Amino acid sequence: MMKNCEYQQIDPRALAVSPSSAQNHTEKKARRPRRKWEAFPGKNRFFCNGRIILARQSGVLPLTLGLIVVTCGLFFAFDCPFLVDHLTVFIPVIGGVLFVFVVISLLRTSFTDPGILPRATPDEAADIEKQIDTSGSSTYRPPPRTKEILINQQVVKLKYCFTCKMFRPPRTSHCSLCDNCVERFDHHCPWVGNCVGKRNYRFFYSFIISLSFLTSFIFGCVITHITLLIIEMLSFLDSSSCTVVELVICFFSIWSILGLSGFHTYLVASNLTTNEDIKGSWSSKRGSDDSGNPYSYNSIITNCCVTLCGPMPPSLIDRRGFLPPNEAVPAASVSEIELPPFVAKNDAHMCTQSTKDVLERVVHSSDFHGLCPPSTPKTTPLGPEIFSIAAPSTEPSPSAGCTRQHAHQSAATTCPLFTKSSKRDSLHSINPAFRLASPSPSLSRVTLILGDAPDIGFIPLP
Amino acid sequence: MAETHSLQDLQQPAVFSKVFIQRDYGSGTICRFQTKFPSDLESRLDKQQFEETIQTLNNLYAEAEKLGGKSYLEGCLACLTAYTVFLCMETHYEKVLKKIARYIKDQNEKVYAPRGLLLTDPIERGLRVVEITIFEDRNIGSGR
Repeated sequence: MMKNCEYQQIDPRALAVSPSSAQNHTEKKARRPRRKWEAFPGKNRFFCNGRIILARQSGVLPLTLGLIVVTCGLFFAFDCPFLVDHLTVFIPVIGGVLFVFVVISLLRTSFTDPGILPRATPDEAADIEKQIDTSGSSTYRPPPRTKEILINQQVVKLKYCFTCKMFRPPRTSHCSLCDNCVERFDHHCPWVGNCVGKRNYRFFYSFIISLSFLTSFIFGCVITHITLLIIEMLSFLDSSSCTVVELVICFFSIWSILGLSGFHTYLVASNLTTNEDIKGSWSSKRGSDDSGNPYSYNSIITNCCVTLCGPMPPSLIDRRGFLPPNEAVPAASVSEIELPPFVAKNDAHMCTQSTKDVLERVVHSSDFHGLCPPSTPKTTPLGPEIFSIAAPSTEPSPSAGCTRQHAHQSAATTCPLFTKSSKRDSLHSINPAFRLASPSPSLSRVTLILGDAPDIGFIPLP
Repeated sequence: MAETHSLQDLQQPAVFSKVFIQRDYGSGTICRFQTKFPSDLESRLDKQQFEETIQTLNNLYAEAEKLGGKSYLEGCLACLTAYTVFLCMETHYEKVLKKIARYIKDQNEKVYAPRGLLLTDPIERGLRVVEITIFEDRNIGSGR
């Protein structure tokens, strides 16, 4: 008799919270089942039914692609025929391989989920709140919450993310442009139109390395072409001016790209992110450890292998999964932005510090904080303000000491800021640069070469 | 035979509460969950059983993230092919995730469902927590 009253075993399948379960079939007739990307709370755009993810502001990705394609196109059209005759047929072959590698890496960096952490479900958020609020009074909003943990005998502070309603895992940062927490957040890159984080850092690295090779290669070929022309006493002016254009583009971009590659090689070898480097989280002032970085394996080779060749983590946001039919989207209300000024400012501060350090000479006035940096109309008004200090930055940066080490690398990368035709600002090496880099190119370059800033707000589906 | 109530036939059993097992970051950013036994489960589950489940999950995740010859080879191959190989091949991590999903399903069937609990795969929560749903005990038999 007992048996009859006992629990019948719960069939996990019927109760599974997984949205891709049988619930779909029963509810389908009411309306088309929505995929999770359609209700994604962050500021991202999705294409190909959730397969491709991009930041809302694609930054200057079209410009990046355009410059690469145009330069290579000119190279193949004008230099290759000459060089094939005079040197070897492998020139266009090598050029072609590099070009393909660069474009694929770029597209993978742009279209891959950088390691976005899905926001906490309401139940989780409530559970965390319960654990925190045991002591404080709940009549006013509590101060920013942090939790200290020990990682490899080093104290690390975990911050609470008010937007995503959870304690951020170590090395995770909230990108205010994309409104997502990203794991192992490196920086938000407008050149690539996406954040660079755990899942796409290797693509980003291979992009800049291959771009360095491509730029150097084209530069070398162009120099060779011009030299041979001069040697053969052909009229230099007859040679297409395109060759000169390539020369100029390559010359200036080589410094920035090579500098950036060097900087990121350093980061990879020490298992650091741009974010941590700029904030000076593990700078040598912290103690007697050689690096103080609890995530480093203390071996260059291991660090490189781990960062670049480690296992590829899966995407956590499950873009193409189906939403449970009647469930509210977890923590979706971006409208509960009671905190945006607070949150965004934090990120802004973090970025402004770094900007201040390394770019104190330059400075863009732009009030990047909270706005869309690459928007076209901003270019003209920013012109005269090029040398004014960025308003929001206030604190002297503690990371000043640490960034000085890279000054020599960053210097090379920041120099192009002054040159009018710098192609890809190495502002990449600095977190905030992304926010600022957009006004920057628009300031220096767009006005000269392109006239109107490119339409950055929309990226056509490739 | 007297009618047995199948929970599938009834409406969804009411959720009594949810317990969240947080991540353990003591060894860095690798995926590990805390093995501390939550007090809410004391009445429903053995500590031993719980620890075993969490420990196995931790081991499986460690296997997924293991750095070794195989993962480096996969990484290098991917790099050489401009990462296009990921379009046709499943990564090692994904294979282990499937293994984890099977393990969780298995545990749910054998251990948790009979006790009115449900383990949710952490991947559905962004690998942040292991969520254990505690259902209301409707038919508490006399023998329990």
